[in-house]
Amino acid sequence: MVTADTRINTETVLSVEDLRTHFTTRWGTVKAVDGISFDLRKGETLGIVGESGCGKSVTMLSLMRLIPTPPGRIVSGKIILDGEDIVPIDEQEMAQIRGSKIALIIQDPMTSLNPVFSIGDQVEEAIKIHQDIPKTSIVDRALEVLRKVNIPAAETRVKDYPHQMSGGMRQRVVGAIGISCQPQVLIADEPTTSLDVTIQAQYLKLLKDIQKDSDLSIIFITHDFGIVAKMCDRVAVMYAGRIVEHGSVRDIFNKPSHPYTEALLASVPRMDRVVDRLFSIEGQPPPLHDLPVGCAFADRCPVVMDKCRDEYPEIKAVSDGHTAACWKVE
Amino acid sequence: MTTTETTPSGIEQGQVLLEAKNLKKYFPVTKGLLISKVTGHIKAVDDISFELRAGETLGIVGESGCGKSTTAKMMLMLEEPTDGSILFKGDDVHHGASSVRRDYRSSVQAVFQDPWSSLNPRMRVKDIIAEPMVINWDITKAEQQDRVMKLLNDVGLNEYHSNLFPHEFSGGQRQRLAIARALALNPSVIVLDEPVSALDVSIRAQIMNLLKDLQQEYKVAYMLIAHDLATVRYMCTWVAVMYLGQVVELSPVQELYNNPSHPYTKALMSAALPSHPDTEQEEIILQGEVPSPLNPPAGCYFHPRCPAAMDHCAVDKPEVKEIAEGHTLTCHLF
Repeated sequence: MVTADTRINTETVLSVEDLRTHFTTRWGTVKAVDGISFDLRKGETLGIVGESGCGKSVTMLSLMRLIPTPPGRIVSGKIILDGEDIVPIDEQEMAQIRGSKIALIIQDPMTSLNPVFSIGDQVEEAIKIHQDIPKTSIVDRALEVLRKVNIPAAETRVKDYPHQMSGGMRQRVVGAIGISCQPQVLIADEPTTSLDVTIQAQYLKLLKDIQKDSDLSIIFITHDFGIVAKMCDRVAVMYAGRIVEHGSVRDIFNKPSHPYTEALLASVPRMDRVVDRLFSIEGQPPPLHDLPVGCAFADRCPVVMDKCRDEYPEIKAVSDGHTAACWKVE
Repeated sequence: MTTTETTPSGIEQGQVLLEAKNLKKYFPVTKGLLISKVTGHIKAVDDISFELRAGETLGIVGESGCGKSTTAKMMLMLEEPTDGSILFKGDDVHHGASSVRRDYRSSVQAVFQDPWSSLNPRMRVKDIIAEPMVINWDITKAEQQDRVMKLLNDVGLNEYHSNLFPHEFSGGQRQRLAIARALALNPSVIVLDEPVSALDVSIRAQIMNLLKDLQQEYKVAYMLIAHDLATVRYMCTWVAVMYLGQVVELSPVQELYNNPSHPYTKALMSAALPSHPDTEQEEIILQGEVPSPLNPPAGCYFHPRCPAAMDHCAVDKPEVKEIAEGHTLTCHLF
């Protein structure tokens, strides 16, 4: 049963077209992201799933324009945020956009907060940079966002330093900084991996509530299909720097069309039923500096054909809004 | 699987091999630099009991700070319990003869979470795997080599890997090496401390399947420390759920997943991530965080966060009750 989700309208806030980010290393050019395209609509959550080294974090850094140059460089492609391509603009302009239109929550709240400033100072800093408002309103606004992320007794805790808070609380503060300037797009890079299960559940619910309130678009970077199932409307599965399958969350779970997606889903143990034996994908992903000419998954693929090794498959439509890059798809 | 098979310990499959009785571990908290004074105790593990049967897998789940790693360390004799005892084949490990202790140390092995820090970077693979044999067994170099090769094959690596160093392997392969080393002495128990949580999704399934296959072949019992309930369901025969240093629910695995009874177990299950977007989950979001083990709440330790707490939960400590065969829990609701 597919129900039309009225929360998502068709307005696109972020559009990525054929993005390529390469790194020059002594082993050669590492094509960390090699030609990915996707759209993000207003109020929707897009999950980018993949294993380590598939390029999901480089995608995130490219969207924030935080690729260390050198050795990295956005070689080609467009990132259109709110009608404007942010690839060619200079660092000064980008600094204005970063935080106010597109914000980031990273994985480890231990390293993303500065240990020598109080959390109040750190939330206020982001507001001060982007909003031209008097000091007292900045303090009020900081308190307001801290309350929004459910920090208990926010008035007294603003004076606390990061080490005085638990991991879950710290991650809430990072979230508060992320939403403090009402961005249109929030990128969450594995925000809950360092949290405990019950704290993770609290945090995910909080993100959903904030999204509902402010029509925020979220990109969830994760390796965990559980998070995708719980949080996302659409999913892009990445392998070796490219998107191999892209579709609505139900398409991906009910009708995975790329052998990699299928294998990944079959290799995850399940809570709700007894699994006799997990499917396991043999081998390892190929090194990114030495990618094969054909499909990068060919060596591990259970249904590989000769054609797969010679030519990279085109992205083909499986059904409306569901695409896969595999020769098997007709 | 027949129940008459014997395991390396000489104990029949399914019989009790290892028993923890009223184990406690309190860490003293001190104040002052020169004249230090004990001001309190962190009750990391507070009176837990469980049994591990030969050839089976006991899973211990819980959030960080619940005492699962301290329990693992006590089982490995890396920590001395404050009180209580560990019985191995019926003999007390800490208060018995030294031969019991020696036997125990070589029969209980470990695989740790992080394969990057659990292997010595300066040793070759063959030396890493042979080291337990060099220390414990009086066998020739050639016999050691043969066994190293067999172990490498069993964990899915090749003979040419034996001359390499750990940094030349990927995470999944390193975990295979750690498993080979743990199996070297033909142990009867392996303590697995989050063996797959540092690995990539597609590699996790490889290692979990390997562990299950090796259990069949070596008849070894596992004690699996984990936080992921799906992993536990796949791997274990028995599960103990821990909260704040106590076992709140202990049950055969299917019974626990079909009939989770303690409010904390229910909350953990509802907080676990779904396997499919259409999975219906009861939404129990626990408020607050785990209280400090330095000063645990009175009565039932879970009552400040418990959605079903009653007045006397704050006063009386619940007793252990059996609600189905082998399924025990500590809660006033039953």
